[in-house]
Amino acid sequence: MEYILNPWPWYITGPLIALIMATLLYFGKTFAMSSNLATMCSIAGAGKFIEFFKSDWKDKKWNLIVVLGAVIGGFFAKNFLSNDSVTNLNKKTILELNELGFKNPGKTIVPNEIFSFEALTTSHGLPILIIGGLLIGFGTRYAGGCTSGHAITGMSSLQKPSLIAVIGFFIGGLIMTNFILPYIF
Amino acid sequence: MKYLKFLLVGILLGIVLYKSEAVSWYRIYEMFRFQSFHMYGIIGTAILTGIIFLNISKKNHLKNLLGIEINVPEKEKGFIRYIVGGITFGLGWALIGACPGPMYILVGSGVYTMLIVIFGALLGTLIYGALKSKLPH
Repeated sequence: MEYILNPWPWYITGPLIALIMATLLYFGKTFAMSSNLATMCSIAGAGKFIEFFKSDWKDKKWNLIVVLGAVIGGFFAKNFLSNDSVTNLNKKTILELNELGFKNPGKTIVPNEIFSFEALTTSHGLPILIIGGLLIGFGTRYAGGCTSGHAITGMSSLQKPSLIAVIGFFIGGLIMTNFILPYIF
Repeated sequence: MKYLKFLLVGILLGIVLYKSEAVSWYRIYEMFRFQSFHMYGIIGTAILTGIIFLNISKKNHLKNLLGIEINVPEKEKGFIRYIVGGITFGLGWALIGACPGPMYILVGSGVYTMLIVIFGALLGTLIYGALKSKLPH
């Protein structure tokens, strides 16, 4: 039981993610989480104004069910499959984050400095969440996929467009973490 | 009943990504600072296992539940959309510490402010849809 309650190692996780991809392919679908955002726009009626969202979303209902499952899985993992272990971060990472003003790196799954309700009341609280969301939504649709569609499915099937997209993900991530984050905090 | 299998896949996805700390903002920060192997190990072994699975299924002409040979849809050719879209998403990924799967998983785990991020992501998707014909692909 201890094995399940402690954080899972990478060499168990990677193959399990591939298993999820394989299972969805077996069901005749593909592993593509970001496309749900476009489906939700279609459901909300965006197709009345924008051609891109004119689609029969009923074909994509299965993927929204995967999202619902992910929410339930997150709830279940946090409340029933976790102990009070902390994220085993590199000591250097912890020191760096302390210097940036993050008080307890790794004690929670996400930093309170960004995601707590109190953080929302600071000057940069709400803009970070909205701008971050905008970048994720715009970027994934422009690139035609995210970590699941490009990094896992596209790379597993050795597709060049996915390799270009993943290189893009890393360029963007490296710029944000190394050159922009230190100026925000 | 038709959808139960997808619900189970989603639950498994949520548990796996939560328990491996792949949904941790700190793990993403650490990855982009090259200070840990954890995330590279996860993504690397996922791709490696995926390559092996797709090779086996291709060689043996494995069929899916509908009786059609398993095959991954081909992405459209292109460059600009993948690199520019990719960089844009990467900026958001590192800022929020979550990609589109983990956003939902974290809401389930009680990070309710992530709903604001999801709202932003819906807005971003809407903006892309509106500008699509004007953007280089």
